[in-house]
Amino acid sequence: MSDIKAARTALVARIIEGDGTASRAQRRAAFDNAADAAPWRTLVQKTAVQSCRTTDEDISAARSAGLSEDQIFELVVCAAVGQATRQHDAALAALATATEGAEHAPRDS
Amino acid sequence: MRLAILDRGHDFGSKLLFGVIRIASRMPVLDVIKRVRYRPDFYGHPVAAVTQEAMRGPSTWSVADRELMAAIVAKANECEFCTKAHAAVPAGACRDEARVAAVLSDLQSAPIEEPLRATLRMLRKLAREHSVTADDMREVLAAGASRAQIEDALAVAFAFDTITRLANTFGFSVPDSRAFQAGAKFLLVRGYR
Repeated sequence: MSDIKAARTALVARIIEGDGTASRAQRRAAFDNAADAAPWRTLVQKTAVQSCRTTDEDISAARSAGLSEDQIFELVVCAAVGQATRQHDAALAALATATEGAEHAPRDS
Repeated sequence: MRLAILDRGHDFGSKLLFGVIRIASRMPVLDVIKRVRYRPDFYGHPVAAVTQEAMRGPSTWSVADRELMAAIVAKANECEFCTKAHAAVPAGACRDEARVAAVLSDLQSAPIEEPLRATLRMLRKLAREHSVTADDMREVLAAGASRAQIEDALAVAFAFDTITRLANTFGFSVPDSRAFQAGAKFLLVRGYR
């Protein structure tokens, strides 16, 4: 079976803790979709939960708030990876619950 | 694309590569390639490691099955670019465009095996509703998918729940079908590295 655990951990660590043009606090807030007080919160929220509704105006608003294109790039990446991570973790937890105890069952039962 | 840096902000090596692609394929460079090649140390390289493992790593799902999973996640996230890009891969690999079209238009009646159908249904729900329950997982297991297969499918979902969001927010332009067919051939030969 495939195993993305190490690669996923490295991706998350890179985009939040590695070098960037947005601050680590900004990138963490975007990853957590917890940028409620930031003027670029709409862009992050839409990317996380309804990315297909993102508009040119959402990008313009982030620019008007003083963000560079590189900072916008980083924050959008963090928002997307953050939401995908939460969904992945939630689904793995649901699978663990569904298979609880199954590993102790006899193989031929 | 909505960010000019993703169109024109690449280093010299990437610009040279784009020129080669344009000449060799006689088609524009896909926006996904431009995004992956922009500051690859930040996102392109680390996400490629995830996607390559999810899409081409060891699994009892075939490559075509996993590309179909990517397409259904993309469709659930309303990403036209990624839906067409990844539907083109199993259509090319299996030479069965009708099967792919059937899955994307009506999963319930599509001519596929039950474990795959149940898995695709669960991935679609995860993408649309952002969560699934233990009962959802029990349904997939009851349909005949193994725990390992479900984990493999969730790895595909992680990759494409990320990638489709970026395509939507950055506003990837959707080229004609010839460009997607060329991209599908590339993905079949080279994978996601």
